Parts: sequence; C-alpha cells; structure tokens
Amino acid sequence: MSMVPSLSDFSLQEKDVLQALNKATARGVDYVDMYVESCVTDSVSMEESLVKRAVKSISQGAGVRAVAGERTGFAYSDDLSVRDLEIAADTARYIADSPQGNNPIAVTHRSQPSQNLYPLSQPLTDITTEARVDLLNEIDVEARRYDPRITKVMASFNTEQKIFLVLNSQGQLVGDVQPLSRLQISCIAEDGSNRQVGSFGGGGRVGFAFYLEQNRAMEFAREAARQAIVNLGAVEAPAGTMPVVLGGGWPGILLHEAIGHGLEADFNRRKTSAFSDLVGKSVASELCTIVDDGTLPFRRGSMNIDDEGTPTSRTMLIEKGILRGYITDRLNARLMGIPLTGNGRREDFRSIVLPRMTNTFMMAGESDPQDIIRSVKNGLYAVSFGGGQVDITSGKFVFSASEAYLIEDGKVTKPVKGATLIGNGPDVLKKVSMVGHDMKLDEGIGTCGKDGQSVPVGVGLPTIKIDEMIVGGTAMG
Amino acid sequence: MSNLPLTHGDRFPELAATVLKRAKTLGATEADLLVAEGDSVSVQVRMSEVDRLSKAREKVLGIRVFFGKRSASSSTSDFSKASLDRLVSDTCSLARAVVEDETSGLPAPDQMTVEIPDMDMKDDRQLAVDEEIDLAKRTEQSAFSADARITNSEGAECSAGYGSILLANSHGFFGSYASSSYSLSVSPIALDGQNGGMQRDYWYSVKRKFHELDSPETIGQEAARRTVRRLGSRTIATQEVPVIFDPETAKGLLGHISSAVSGYSLYKGASFLLGQLGKSIASDLVTVVDDGRLAGGLGSRPFDGEGLPTRKTLVIDKGVLSSYLLDTYSGRKLGMASTGNASRSVGENPTVGATNLFLSPGAYSPDEILKSMKRGLYVTDLIGFGVNLVTGDYSRGAVGFWVENGELIHPVEEVTIAGNLQQMLKDIEMVGNDLAFRGRVASPTVKIRKMMVAGH
Repeated sequence: MSMVPSLSDFSLQEKDVLQALNKATARGVDYVDMYVESCVTDSVSMEESLVKRAVKSISQGAGVRAVAGERTGFAYSDDLSVRDLEIAADTARYIADSPQGNNPIAVTHRSQPSQNLYPLSQPLTDITTEARVDLLNEIDVEARRYDPRITKVMASFNTEQKIFLVLNSQGQLVGDVQPLSRLQISCIAEDGSNRQVGSFGGGGRVGFAFYLEQNRAMEFAREAARQAIVNLGAVEAPAGTMPVVLGGGWPGILLHEAIGHGLEADFNRRKTSAFSDLVGKSVASELCTIVDDGTLPFRRGSMNIDDEGTPTSRTMLIEKGILRGYITDRLNARLMGIPLTGNGRREDFRSIVLPRMTNTFMMAGESDPQDIIRSVKNGLYAVSFGGGQVDITSGKFVFSASEAYLIEDGKVTKPVKGATLIGNGPDVLKKVSMVGHDMKLDEGIGTCGKDGQSVPVGVGLPTIKIDEMIVGGTAMG
Repeated sequence: MSNLPLTHGDRFPELAATVLKRAKTLGATEADLLVAEGDSVSVQVRMSEVDRLSKAREKVLGIRVFFGKRSASSSTSDFSKASLDRLVSDTCSLARAVVEDETSGLPAPDQMTVEIPDMDMKDDRQLAVDEEIDLAKRTEQSAFSADARITNSEGAECSAGYGSILLANSHGFFGSYASSSYSLSVSPIALDGQNGGMQRDYWYSVKRKFHELDSPETIGQEAARRTVRRLGSRTIATQEVPVIFDPETAKGLLGHISSAVSGYSLYKGASFLLGQLGKSIASDLVTVVDDGRLAGGLGSRPFDGEGLPTRKTLVIDKGVLSSYLLDTYSGRKLGMASTGNASRSVGENPTVGATNLFLSPGAYSPDEILKSMKRGLYVTDLIGFGVNLVTGDYSRGAVGFWVENGELIHPVEEVTIAGNLQQMLKDIEMVGNDLAFRGRVASPTVKIRKMMVAGH
C-alpha cells in the first residue's frame, strides 16, 4: 500500500476530473475543490462472551464545492462516474452569479504531506478477523476475572482506513491515507439489586500492535471493570456550587466544550459565539495555556493534512489566560483575514468542511496533584466523564462525570453517582486556581459532533482546581 | 434546476436477486439484503443571503449472510458487479470467522408481512432550488421582523428529500416503499441590551407532505419568541422543586423510555426497567404508545427492518409496563415474539427502534399545569448526556423559567435538574392535552412532582 493515494486508486483520470471540476468554475467563484474519498471500516463486537457480530462497510464517493464570497455550493455523489462528477460540479456552481467560465484549472502542485504522523507497520485492513475475535475473547475473560460481581462484558473493536484526495482551483492535488482504530469496553457489575456500569477504551491512528503492547487491551478491560465496581459503592452526588478538581486526561473534555467550540472560526465570523471579539482579552486565569495541535503522532485527533489539504499545526488558543486566536478552515480564514490553521475537517465526502478541533489540551502547570486535592475542604474530584455539550451563543456548557468522588477535608473519600457539571465558557477558566504538573492526553476515544457531522478528536488536561462550579447531583449540600 | 428523479430504482430488484443468489452459491444458508436510495436538496440562508446549497444523491446496499448460526453483515455504495461479488464473498468469509450464536437467523417465513399498505408517506411535490431559497429567506425574515432584539442568526434552512427502501431475503420476501420529507427551520440570535450577552433558540417544521409544513411566518415568529424570552436568564438557588417539561423537552423523557424498553438493553441487563414487565413503573396518568402505521407519520413504515409488519404497541398502559419493543433476535433472547420494531441501518444487524412514539394526552391544558405550580421550574431546553439507562440516574443541564404562583417570573439558565427516571416516572402528576407530532416522538406537557435543581 502506498502512503500517498492517487486518482488511479479511484479508477479516475486526471483529465476527466479536471473536466468535471471546470464545470464548477464561473465568474465570481473564489474557490472550487473536489474531495474524493474511499473508506473501509471493519467492526467486531462481543457480548454474552460471544463474538457474534462482524460488520464490514465500504464507502466511496466525491464531494464538489464552489465558494463565492460567503456562499458555498456543495454536491456529492457516491458514483464516481465522470457524468456524476459533472452533475455534482454543475450543482455546486449554482451559487455563483454568472454562468461564464473562469480560466480552466490545471494541476500545478502535486505534493505529498510533509509529515507522516501515523506510520503503521501493518495496514488496518490487514488485521485478520481471527485476531480481532481473539482479542475480544481475552478481554471478556480478563474483565470477568477482575471481580465476580462483573456479570456482563461488552466490547467492540473498530478500524477505519480512509483514503482521500483533494484537487482545488489553485492547482493543488494532495491526499492522505488515514488509519483510525478504537477498542471500547463496557462492564455491568451487580450486587443484589444494585446494578452499575463502567466503561473504558482507547485507540488512535494506531495499528493492532498498540493494543497488545504493555498489555494495554487487558488494562482497558480491568479499568472498565474497576469503574463498574467503584460505582456499586457510589452515594448520591452533591447538588450546588462547590470547588471541583478534575483529574488529568479525558476530563480535558472541559476545554473542548467550554472554549474549543466557541473558538471555531465560523461562529466568530458570524459573531454568534460567546467568544466573538475577545481576541487579546483575558478569558482564563494566568495559569491556563491551551493549544489545539493536530500534529501529535498517532493521536486520534491528528492528521498529516486536513480535509482541504492544509498541513495541520499547533495553534495557540489561550496563552497565560489571554485569548490568542481561532481555529480555521479556508473559507473562514479568507473571510476573516486570519491565518489558516489546518482545522478544515469533514466527516466524509457527504459533508461540507467546517473548522473543527483536533487535539485540544492545557499545558502542564507547577502544582503537585496531591496538593491540589489537599487544598479543597469540601468539593468534588471527577476523574472520568461521558459526553458534553455547549450552547455556543450563550456560552453555557455541560459535561457529565461517570466516575467522581467527594473531597472531604482535603481527602478523596466516597465515590458518587454520575452527575452533570454546568458552567459558562468565558468564565469557568478564570476560576482555575491550581494547575498540576501531570498533563495527560486522553486514551483516544473522543468523537465530536457538529452540524450532524462526527469527527475523531483528542483532549488533554493536567489535574486542575476550579474554585467553583455547579454540580448537578441529587443530594442537598 | 429541480431534484432529479431517482434513477437507479428500476434495476434494484434484479440486483437484489443476483446478490442473494450469489450468497447462496457461496454456501450461505440464509441471507437478507437492504437497498436504500436517497436524493435531497437543502438550502441554508443566513442574513438574507444564500450561505450554503447542498445536493445529495446516494445509494447503499447492505447484506447479511448466515452460515447456520454464524452471521456477518456488510455494506457498500459501489454497485458494480465486481465490487458486489467481492463484497458477498468477503461477508461470507467474515461469517465463517465468528462464533455460532444459537439465537441468530432470519424471522420464520410465515412472519413476513403479506400486505404492504400505503401509509401516505410520499409527496411528489418537487421543490425548485429557488423555491427553497425563497422559503428559507422568508422564514429568517419573519424571525427578524418579529422582534427588534433579533439582531443575528445562525441561518434558516429548507430541505426536501426523497428516499426509497427495498428489503429482500432468502425466504423469497421482497418489499419496497418510498417516502419523502420536507423541513423548514430557523435559528435566530437575540442581543441582551443589559449585559451584552446573546441568546439563541430554534424552531422548525418537518413533514412528509409539503403542504402540511407550517408557514415560514409561523416558524420565524415562534423561533423569535423562543429566543427573545431567554434574554435576562440567570441561575437560581439550589433547591428541590416541581418541574414542568414543555412538549419539546418531554420528548426526551420518551426517548429514555424507548431505550429502556428496547429488547437489546433488556437482554444485556442494561436497562433500569429490567424485570418490570406487567408491573407499575409510572404514574397511572402515563400511557405510552408506539404506532408504526400512523398515516403520514415520520416514523411510519409498512414493514420493519426484517420485513415483519409494523403495528401499534401499547408500551405503558396507565402506568403499567405492558410491552417491550422487540425485533426477532432480542425477542428470542427474552422468549417473546417480535413487536415489529426491527430498525436497520444499511449494513448493520437489525436493532430495535421506536416508530412513532407518543405519550397519550391528559386532561389539563398547558396553562392549567402552569397555574398549578406554586414555586418551580418550567423547562424549555435540555443539554448534555447525563442519563444512565442502567440505573435511571438523570442529571442534565436545563434552560427555562422560574415559576411562582403559576406565573413565569424570569428566564433561567446554568442550572441542572437531577433525579432518577424510575422515581421521575412515578412522580408525573399532570399530563397536558397538547399532544402534537413534530417528529417521530411526541409528548404533551408533563409535570413532575419534584426534582433537584442545582444552581448557585
């Protein structure tokens, strides 16, 4: 398998593609591109100690986009015939003012990505079904061995091999092969009528070896089982405003919801974000430095190039509390006159490009995590989370803890039931009073949804203390 | 320019027969196949200018093969003969690699639907792009005209889609149906003159028949009303109070019930309603129905994802859990017959899905429900995913109004509401008479006796 795809991988000829793409050009059109994609996904899953589900899907197609001012015309087809590409291109041009053609497009830059962030020794499509099945069977045994109260184990292993090419009106032809895999485990623990769930998983742009190294898959299985057992002893979560300590890693979903979405350029160009016009202003405590970085090797949110062919980069979002910039795609960078950051992403050929996060994390601070916990008299220590959501315009965001503990007199005590935490994006980070030296990236399970499109993302966080946040439990404090 | 008619449909029956035959040749004992085709155009307008025009054409074929009790599924959008041949043989290899599952297999041949009733799901009205642009512009303009505080917008969207489904299996079953859907929506933004903050809300209409869509003016004005009423929102003190869910947010509660009565959640032990069949699980004001054959319903379909006839199922009867929602596999797991609720994504195994799910209307007008509340929270929007279906633990972010003596006092944001669904269902003390279908799930206004509200 070659690292760099070519049009012949899609049985397409350059002259045919150019001929179709030229249909999308017209006077007044600023930019045109065609995205050709093929994606193979394989999924096996296990429940009741049986690997009984195996699914393969093959999806391919092309999307054509024409941009004129703020207007975007977009059409796609899952047929890669020249005729279908021409119909798509003709539709995309509809947003332009005039039917007259521009200069014909020619390919002038054929580049391959300058970085290779996910060199895999074996393509994901080469992992045998037998190896996938064996892995899930071992996970079942390992999770059940953790504690006899584990009564159900469910696990799935998914891989995706995406190949795409982008050809644009600036003459650029560039593509990438992007592998992605993920192992997900859920356990149910029962004790009498008390039934609880624990979930854990991991992955990234990694091959099968990742799950076997350091016994990682078995560690994931024990972790899912451990969470379920911990939750058997959970008491009611507190309700009200209190200090909250977030553990490292996945709790970084705080950053994704509280500030990340609000810093996507589309909302800021339209001035519909709670962060509109705040560049250069203080939006967090001086302890907070937050970046979005699509260049971390093997991470779930990383890409050699984004879905518009722009190399990914590290973008400073917040530097010592000051808002520095937004994450952009071509359309919004051009209209706002700000730098292109390599964050133009789409779920697949059926979707339009939007500015999206890659891996978003806070840089390490200087505090000892133990000192952070000791500094809290009464509060919540949350180490694992489910999903989150944000209202971009009002800035209000939530994220839901799935493993959390009370802090009483500076000590972590009883586990509490899941609870939603709610806050205001532009304020919450101003209340960060301690940042740990233990920055950790998540295990590689995050998926972000926007406008109905899902893309893989990463987050990271050191242990931090937020002086006050609203905790949505059921027990009156 | 208008939507092109579906072009591939004519050759699908032949394609289906070829694929099923190929699977049999390769040794499959049973197989089924699903082909979905769709064609849609949507237009997004923002600040009276066209922001985005999207046109989609797609088709996808999914196949599931059985080798005795082993099975596998796959899907592709490449319908060339070589690709389909390879897909069928890959799927057969995949099936041989998984273990035997005693429960697996197609439904019995005598269960397949015989009649395919017309449920009024298709409108032939084609919308020209310029017509969509005009509808979206009028919707957004109506929101701006409705209130001077509406100063910005995330845009208005108009879309029309046409689709067809074909299902065939090795029992010789062969069925197909077509449907359409039209939608119009807008998301206005209001500026808060006092603190400079912004609020956004949304309103929409979605129907299978174009002429049933709400007018652009109705949608725009309602969106503006919902947005402006959020201005001046603030949090409230932490306290335990009664909570009213408006119809839009009450739909969420029905969604949780639907997940908890799904045969898959139940046999996996992942439902807070496990072992509750025939028992009282909710207040006797609660009657929940799933009706797959509602004329023109957005969740209607003549047969389910396995070719069984859809039907009307009483899920909760005056508070008593009277039926789960099942397909063949989950039914067999629980020793019960399918309720015709197999839901199918192309290329996936069937799972269970509600069709048109609703809470039967009660005796009170929404105003009477509000008037009954001395102090409490009226919820109009919910965010987040803080619902644990295994335990029923519930904790979500909420937006709405603080109520005193039956009056809306001020808008509320940045609070959570929490409880446990098992108790919340029992605590439903009033159900409204305002049931209206705005999608596949519908609920009237609902009042819950008490929940924990967390704020400052």
